Amino acid sequence: MRVPVTWLREWVNPPGSPTDWADKLTRGGVEAVACPLLPALPQRVVVGRITSIEPHPQVERLSVCNVDAGSDKRLTVVCGAPNVRVGLHAPLALPGARLPDARTIETTELGGVCSQGMLCSAAELGLAERSDGLLELALEARCGSSIVEHLQLDDWLLELELTPNRGDCASVLGVARELSALYGCRLTPATATPAAVGVSQTVEVGIDDPQTCPRYAGRALVRLSGGGTSPWWLRERLRRAGLRTIHPLVDVTNYVMLELGQPLHAFDLERLAPPISVRRAAAGERLQLLNEQQLVLTADDLLIADARAPLALAGVMGGSGSAVDSATTAIFLESACFDPVCVAGSGRRHHILSDARYRFERGVDPSLQRRALERASTLILQLCGGVAGPVSEAGSAPREALRIPLRQHQIERLLGTPIPSDQVASLLERLDIKLQTDDRGDWLASVPTHRYDLRIEADLVEEIGRLWGYERIAPRAYRPQLPPITVPETRRDPDTVCQRLAARGYREIVSYSFIDPQWGEWLAPGTPKIAVDNPIAETLAVMRPNLWPGLLGAWRYNRQRQTPRARLFELGIGFASGDDGLPREQQRLAALLAGSALPEQWGSARRAADLFDLKADIEATLAPLPANWHWRAEYHPALHPGRSARLYVGQSPCGWLGELHPQLAERLEVGAGVQLLDLDWQIVADVPVPRSVPLPEQPATRRDLALVVDEMVPAQALVETARQTGISFLREAFVFDAWRGDELEAGYKSIALGLIFQHLSRTLTDEEVDTAVAEITARLAALHRADLRRV
Amino acid sequence: MQTDPALKDFADQVREQIARTADTRALEALRVQLFGRRGKLTEWLKQLGKLPPQARRERGETLNHLRDELTAALQTRATALAQAELERRLAAERLDVTLPGRGESTGSLHPVSRTIRRIERLFGAMGFAAVAGPEIEDDWHNFEALNIPAWHPARAMQDTFYVLDGRRLLRTHTSPVQVRTMQRQAPPIRIICPGRVYRRDFDRTHSPMFHQVEGLYVAEDVSLADLKYDLQRFLSLFFEREVEAMFRPSYFPFVEPGADVHIRWGERWLEVLGCGVVHPNVLQAVGIDPQRYSGYAFGMGVERLAMLRYGVDDLRRFFDNDLRFLEQFV
Repeated sequence: MRVPVTWLREWVNPPGSPTDWADKLTRGGVEAVACPLLPALPQRVVVGRITSIEPHPQVERLSVCNVDAGSDKRLTVVCGAPNVRVGLHAPLALPGARLPDARTIETTELGGVCSQGMLCSAAELGLAERSDGLLELALEARCGSSIVEHLQLDDWLLELELTPNRGDCASVLGVARELSALYGCRLTPATATPAAVGVSQTVEVGIDDPQTCPRYAGRALVRLSGGGTSPWWLRERLRRAGLRTIHPLVDVTNYVMLELGQPLHAFDLERLAPPISVRRAAAGERLQLLNEQQLVLTADDLLIADARAPLALAGVMGGSGSAVDSATTAIFLESACFDPVCVAGSGRRHHILSDARYRFERGVDPSLQRRALERASTLILQLCGGVAGPVSEAGSAPREALRIPLRQHQIERLLGTPIPSDQVASLLERLDIKLQTDDRGDWLASVPTHRYDLRIEADLVEEIGRLWGYERIAPRAYRPQLPPITVPETRRDPDTVCQRLAARGYREIVSYSFIDPQWGEWLAPGTPKIAVDNPIAETLAVMRPNLWPGLLGAWRYNRQRQTPRARLFELGIGFASGDDGLPREQQRLAALLAGSALPEQWGSARRAADLFDLKADIEATLAPLPANWHWRAEYHPALHPGRSARLYVGQSPCGWLGELHPQLAERLEVGAGVQLLDLDWQIVADVPVPRSVPLPEQPATRRDLALVVDEMVPAQALVETARQTGISFLREAFVFDAWRGDELEAGYKSIALGLIFQHLSRTLTDEEVDTAVAEITARLAALHRADLRRV
Repeated sequence: MQTDPALKDFADQVREQIARTADTRALEALRVQLFGRRGKLTEWLKQLGKLPPQARRERGETLNHLRDELTAALQTRATALAQAELERRLAAERLDVTLPGRGESTGSLHPVSRTIRRIERLFGAMGFAAVAGPEIEDDWHNFEALNIPAWHPARAMQDTFYVLDGRRLLRTHTSPVQVRTMQRQAPPIRIICPGRVYRRDFDRTHSPMFHQVEGLYVAEDVSLADLKYDLQRFLSLFFEREVEAMFRPSYFPFVEPGADVHIRWGERWLEVLGCGVVHPNVLQAVGIDPQRYSGYAFGMGVERLAMLRYGVDDLRRFFDNDLRFLEQFV
């Protein structure tokens, strides 16, 4: 919303500069910025009048004009504008003049004729993007008077950013009212002079749905001069307010809308078949709008219709069938009040933005229709001649002022500071809100109809607060009425896990929750995904089922920037669609390893990171691991078939670890050997409280077994078998070496198990340990065909 | 006591030999030469018995004396040599300690989560518990309960992503977590809700996904003055200096009165927060009696605060995950 200050000054005249006003408005809750109309004011440019014209002796398209520059000054000016004519008043740049674009004008010779200045177009004065002729000034403009004064060029524009509740400020009058309230200064009283009724032609109007259209007013205006353009002042005001000039009739409706905030519509009367009714559309009814948009209406849409067809989508936009054009000589002018919910619904449903919708969905003053109608009629009769018919009105009488109870103690309760009651009354008075006291000493506030947003007591408290000044409400130290926060020790702190990962060289990333559907298909083919109905891009159209797409995307991005290795992790939500079709959200932890196991460094051989690096990192990071945490070799379509492991806690699968499938690695352009992990955070969300046990006093004995087994036997199975042999004093069994090589028969591998024996209360004898080792060896041989290695 | 000149010569010679010995092995050989089974001194001591008692006693005394003296000299020399040898060995084991350390280097936390953590800690110290909630929400929790009915123009302020054919949406703020908390828990409530939020907007200053921390305090007689106190305190703690904050009237459908908080940043005022006193309609929607309780609510953009705190100039940096950017937050 843009408001020229010269226009505002017709209504209100607070002290200070436009910049001060903008600041005041902003601090009062209406964000505003003031900027000058022109970057610099023209200097030595005056009103000139062409008194005679002669053709240029040498250049055909130029004329030599004699120009009256006032105070008996006559200048010769060469001009090439198409609209140059005797009697025309136009801006005249005198020698030494400076235009807003910093150009200077001097006496120059043009084709042998001395030109003592320049006649200017609107563009040359910075008032238009381009012009194709001289700016035509009003005939009563006084020759020699400053163009700055005449055209009010010393103007400022207030750019307003209105919050949705302040529809009342969507007009010059509204902003003026706000300024008057903020400064406590006088507002020019409204003068609603009715237009003289010169013809008895009435257009009957009726409202079928008073809920959605409380008031509808209109009248015929006939015998108008068709076509033409609006006078410069009107066009210029519209331009300064940011509106295009279209047609004098439309310009006037726009002008009055800007001035008072009431959207109006002009129908071509010749194209109507009265009576006019306001009714709900029948589902499937059609209407073509002014902007050529073809609508198929629903029963929720409100229409202006005549006896034959829909004419306009109420409060949003008129139809093309009844639009005014240059041949129009009679109109039906509408000024109505529509329900915000209904207008907003239609606008949203049909995706139409318009100045009318903007205002109606924020609420238009329900008592404004008649006044706006008279104002627009008067202007139209002034500009286009013609006569007005009597006003037809339908609907209820203008709504009474809303009365809202207001209690002194609520003001203090919500603002946290006492405001004296006489202050309350005088602050509200500035907003035209009147207070009455009831028998209990509470107030009843009468709210003017233009403040659509003031509905409840809290709204009034805000008005009091903002006029009083938020800066005057002192911060109040207080003690919160609360028990202390407790965080159980058994809840795993995600921060700790993140810190541990960072300590092991991992960088945390944050990636979008929406991903490329193709990536989703590749990386989580089985998961039923949730698509975004209205994605911002094709590549961000599906909610991520797991966190791999983000990690791989980040790795790819950095790899393309010559990063040799990466350790990345992310903690975030994975989305899936449940069996009931509703969304499931799961907090997940995921990590990626790519490139060498260690940063490039001296003294250690370079080795590519593998699955076991990632496994070690994640298990160390998540220690203590849940009971029954284990991995099984399982197949995942996105992972290398021989290098993928599924995580289980007990019997529940809860994550994957593995190397990205080489084919996918190629498609995703992420290079070979990328290690991935993704797991359900829920599975590690709880941690046990540590329990201390007595330390064993007895010495431990270690025995190592070098076993040769079939390649398909998992090392984990050997460890578990050893543990399950039933040796009560076996403290620990672990793999300390694993290899494959030429010394072994093809299809076999060697696994070295370390066994630690320790009795809690006595020293073990060699015989006891030997027997135990033999038992374990026998069991390993029986269950896994494991041979004690003989080299 | 008479000293045998030969013995004296011998003793001088041995002393010199000890002093000349260059390593512990030669020294050991010398010791054997003197005190070994066939050592010179051993021989001499063995021959004592053949001497007459007087001479035996005298010579015995002399030899014992000499033996003690030489033993001590050998020992001293041995210690010196061992020390020298140790020093030589240690010198040879010298490392270039300026070589860089080996192993993994350190990673880092993302500036957004780092900022969220700071905010959680600061508010935690002020008695706010951090609460999380779903990112896919329904219309009621995201809009209706927050006094934003379907037709409300404020919906245009937060262009929304929809999923499941419009049956659900990606939350546009973390306020639905406040709604859920108020439905579940009776006042007093003092929470913050950090998390991801989604708005259909994408340019230099807007990301379709970003992070918010919203806060809520509902108890008896909570006022704008309380809100000012807490936010002023938070901002000063967050920026670790006295921050000049300005509260301007503003509008959010779920608060009344509402405000924007701007902080002085050099010559400019920057908007960092939206806040206000919880709208009675919101309290009513979750079954809290607005006559008995009042509350305040606020919301801040995490990226915005992180940008100010760490001097990040482009919002998109946070989501590129460029390692050169991330490693600045070690």
